Amino acid sequence: MKKFIALVVARSKEYYRDRTMLVWTFAFPFVVLLGFAYGYAGKSDPVLKVGFYPSRAAFSESLKDFLSISQIQFIDYSDEGLALGRVRRHQLDLLIQHSPAPGGSQVVYTLNPETDRASLAERLLKSSAPPGQVLERQALTGKKIRYVDWLVPGLMSMNLMFSSLFGVGYVIVRYRKNGVLKRMRATPLSAFEFLSAQVVSRMLLLLITSSLTLFGAMLLIGFRIQGSYFSLMAFIAICSTSLISIGLLVASRISSEEVADGVLNLMTWPMIFLSGIWFSLDGASPWVVAISKCLPLTHIVNGMRAILIEGQRLQSLVPEMLGLSVTAAILIAVGSAIFKWR
Amino acid sequence: MLDTDEMNYILEVRALTKRYQDHLAVNALNLGVRPGICFGLLGPNGAGKTTTLEMIEGILPPTSGVILYQGEPVGASFKQEVGIQFQSTALPEKIQVGEVLELFSAFYHRKADLQELRKLCDLDEFWDRDATELSGGQRQRLLLALALVNDPHIIFLDEPTTGLDPAARRNFWELVKLVRSRGKTIVLTTHYMEEAYELCDEIAILDRGVVIAQGSPNKLLQDHFQGLSICIPKAGHTEEALIPLQQKHIGTAQVFEREDAFEVLTSEPDVTMRILLDKKIPLDGIQIRTKNLDDLFLKLTGKGVSS
Repeated sequence: MKKFIALVVARSKEYYRDRTMLVWTFAFPFVVLLGFAYGYAGKSDPVLKVGFYPSRAAFSESLKDFLSISQIQFIDYSDEGLALGRVRRHQLDLLIQHSPAPGGSQVVYTLNPETDRASLAERLLKSSAPPGQVLERQALTGKKIRYVDWLVPGLMSMNLMFSSLFGVGYVIVRYRKNGVLKRMRATPLSAFEFLSAQVVSRMLLLLITSSLTLFGAMLLIGFRIQGSYFSLMAFIAICSTSLISIGLLVASRISSEEVADGVLNLMTWPMIFLSGIWFSLDGASPWVVAISKCLPLTHIVNGMRAILIEGQRLQSLVPEMLGLSVTAAILIAVGSAIFKWR
Repeated sequence: MLDTDEMNYILEVRALTKRYQDHLAVNALNLGVRPGICFGLLGPNGAGKTTTLEMIEGILPPTSGVILYQGEPVGASFKQEVGIQFQSTALPEKIQVGEVLELFSAFYHRKADLQELRKLCDLDEFWDRDATELSGGQRQRLLLALALVNDPHIIFLDEPTTGLDPAARRNFWELVKLVRSRGKTIVLTTHYMEEAYELCDEIAILDRGVVIAQGSPNKLLQDHFQGLSICIPKAGHTEEALIPLQQKHIGTAQVFEREDAFEVLTSEPDVTMRILLDKKIPLDGIQIRTKNLDDLFLKLTGKGVSS
């Protein structure tokens, strides 16, 4: 245990004494956040968004004219709760659902009457519906979420990813290349002790940096956390462990910084664009959604939004946390087994 | 090459071999190191010194062979017993000298007193400095201190003074002598024959992965050389004056023509000097010296030390 603690302390000192890295880690999310906060201030999506649960195919005849309106973006949702959440937060103007009555012919739709866009979408639906089509209206309320608020969890997740993958994977490859690992190898330290200390030191640092990013967002753009701070910290601990373990696996045998850089970039860039950090993947091609679901960052971003924006409790994220924890355990075990000291 | 009294060895290797595909780096090497001595492993580049050392240290797995510590095959606990200073190594960045020592000390069960190490290795002036921002000499002192943090029984030093200026090198030698005087066994590889002569109680000369000579430096010199070497420079003398030296012998002495001098090896210096005077060979600028480890190395390996 002493070995482990000594390594965690040394690695943490190494990190916080590196001023350039420290400034970059803290400044980067704020710069992006402020850029988006001012860049997107007051702008709204010109196209109406109407969702269907579970699919618009069932309405191809009954709402034929409505579906032909090109100014509306139609999106199918397989998760009704997710779609209703979008309506509540003004991200979706209307949600059209199957009739709750078995075999019923009426169309049920849900909207948030607090928005003008929802009223417009409703008017278009009514005017284009065939005569005699029964439309059942359901309403729910909820405050509008600003784009920049929606972005905060994504940016925090992205920061977690970069800091975990590059901050650990890249550093281990550098240690291997310049001989630090060889020197460690000459001591009674095991690969597992060394790697787990790297995981824990980085995870603790990420808890601190994530908290500071969050408090910074609260101060600078008035972001409000809806869920529990402790749930968020617990979720971040699991997410960062999972992401760090990916970095460890990549770094377990590579001894060239250039190769490590290439591999890590190859992993991070698809996640940046396909994990829903910058924009929602609602309505994206099915193959994009399928790829997105395979990426750990997607689950991390969704979980962070669930806690920060929807105020969900940790219990509702058990499947995600379980998946990330199992992934981390497997990757750390494999990484330790195949770890090369030189 | 092994001594018959094997029970005296603290460290012993038997038929140690390292093969890299078609290259045999170390070939069935046998060595024995007695406790409390400084043992030097010498050899030209590529002779297998570092490979041998790293196999013993547990850094490289041997292809075959046995390594015994206190008569038993080395196991996982061996790393607790030894201290290692690599030929080239790096330390974590942004960590101070004292912190590096504390970090490495935490890896071992047995610990040396760090304040005592601080004094022993003269680390006082840079104790709070970033360990990656030290001069060559300071750095080597820190690396030796790191090799001592677990109060080891054996210390491996792999070319510890390479790249140091003469003053720093001599300071380091004093430090190594101090460590040896505390009863530690030291296994040292070096390119510097002067260093081996100054520090080592026993040396083994490696060439192409095998030991070609082993013993105390003086014993090896006695075994391979008798008498003195008289060097007569070519510069400043006419060719005619030096003609007698172009014979292979002067009396019982052997004569070797070098690039810029003639070297006369004699076991009867008085007689040889008299003959040289009789033959009117100019003696201004001559150097008379005993043979040293450089000569022995050259004789045994056929290569210069730096080759």
